[in-house]
Amino acid sequence: MASTLPSDFADLEPFADWAVPTERARYDKRVASTMDELQTFYDAAFPRLDDAMAYLEQFEMDALPEDAQHLLWLYCSLVTVSFPVEVWRQPRVPDSGASTFDAVVEPAV
Amino acid sequence: MPHFEKPAEGSWTEHYPELGTADVSYHDSISPEWYELEREAIFRRTWLNVGRVEQLSRVGSYFSKEIDAGKTSIVVVRGTDDEVRAFHNICRHRGNKLVWMDYPQEETSGTCRQFTCKYHGWRYGLDGQCTFVQQEDEFFDLDKSDYGLASVQTEVWEGFIFVNLDPSNTTPLRDYLGEFGKGLEGYPFEKLTQVHRYRAEVGSNWKLFIDAFAEFYHAPVLHAKQSVADESRKLQSYGFEALAYGIDGPHGMVSSWGGMSPPKDPEMVKPIERKLRSGLFGPWDAPDLGLDELPPALNPARHKAWGMDSFVFFPNFMVLIWKPNWVLTYHYWPTSYNTHIFEGTCYFAPPKNARERLAQEMAAVTFKEYSLQDGNTLEATQSMLESSTPISTFPLNDQEILLRQLHTTARRYVHEYQQGQPSSPAPVPA
Repeated sequence: MASTLPSDFADLEPFADWAVPTERARYDKRVASTMDELQTFYDAAFPRLDDAMAYLEQFEMDALPEDAQHLLWLYCSLVTVSFPVEVWRQPRVPDSGASTFDAVVEPAV
Repeated sequence: MPHFEKPAEGSWTEHYPELGTADVSYHDSISPEWYELEREAIFRRTWLNVGRVEQLSRVGSYFSKEIDAGKTSIVVVRGTDDEVRAFHNICRHRGNKLVWMDYPQEETSGTCRQFTCKYHGWRYGLDGQCTFVQQEDEFFDLDKSDYGLASVQTEVWEGFIFVNLDPSNTTPLRDYLGEFGKGLEGYPFEKLTQVHRYRAEVGSNWKLFIDAFAEFYHAPVLHAKQSVADESRKLQSYGFEALAYGIDGPHGMVSSWGGMSPPKDPEMVKPIERKLRSGLFGPWDAPDLGLDELPPALNPARHKAWGMDSFVFFPNFMVLIWKPNWVLTYHYWPTSYNTHIFEGTCYFAPPKNARERLAQEMAAVTFKEYSLQDGNTLEATQSMLESSTPISTFPLNDQEILLRQLHTTARRYVHEYQQGQPSSPAPVPA
């Protein structure tokens, strides 16, 4: 997804395709990625996590500007990607085979 | 030597002598005939939770619910008088499914002023009364007041909407939920309106997934690869012991410690958990829900290490209440003797900012990753229970008491149903 992040986070613009609005799509993108791709995104985004939270905390949840929404979704993707990068070394959780567990209700933002 | 005190009998299981301590048969989880009996005896005769009042936010809000095990689909709706009602989802004219969108077997929700059948345009008010018949003059002395929707007993407990498919049921919901239900009243469920719901089709008998979530004996082993390595080894060497178990009628509960929210040592958890201050046990910084004192059913041992209580409301509804002020519910909807649909729903306080939002995302996604492992393992269990091995009974330990209780209760409901039938078929051994 083409998206524009707040200007303070221009360094993350190459990863703007991770600003995905739903958990299901974030998960699908993770499973379709290689460990190298996940690691590269994690290595770029994780060190800016504190900055991103400080930036996002300026806004009420129901008044997030569009670029801040993108930043939030990108960091939701970091949550999704953190599991394989920090622990499993593979995109799917071990011993989960072909099983699925799909989000059917989730917050709009 | 137990870390936490057990009852005077020496074990939780022996504290409830009707459960016995013998090995347990799992024939009740692999028999299509037995499942048909469970549908009649259990799913058509007990109170089933189908949702929460927040799903019906205003007059005319509705949702449909497929209850395959109860052999019906229902529609639940808030009326103009604000009452929540449920009806069998069938048009009174010629049996078409009344409420559906695009795919008749998929659940749907929305808001309407009345229900209109897609087939011949018959209309029903939110109270189920038939209000319009297309070409009414063509019928023979048809009185619309005789052709309202078939209603289903509906009651609300603490914002949870329950239905009972048995028209002759005389047990009020609150009585059915018993001491655990009464002991949870006053918990501020209504303040936890930020919802993350997951759904999975699982290739196992419905009771096997309740088994998996009604014991934590498996947690340090099956989920070992979810933790940092040192922590994982430590958890496995400790094993799991509950603070307390309770049984009341058909229902059960387990009370657990919760040392990870927040952890004693930040090095015990993953880097992202340290940053977001969240993980499997939920966000570490609890929102203020104005809860001065826990309702009496929570933390029954009044233990200072308390972290979470898990209530199994028979037959298929679990409520987990976590110390950092969030709630998780599980529903298990059978679709055959060896398949079911699992729903897991996280309820959080609405996040005030994106930091809280990310902490909740961390908790919800962690729950998902654990559940993927649980669900897949169940299919491995189901396939071997069904295989023709010479093994038919299995030992259950004291930390698996709620499994013993679940299977005992389900068998009792089936046997009582069979005894109440004038021409009941021969009992299926289980």
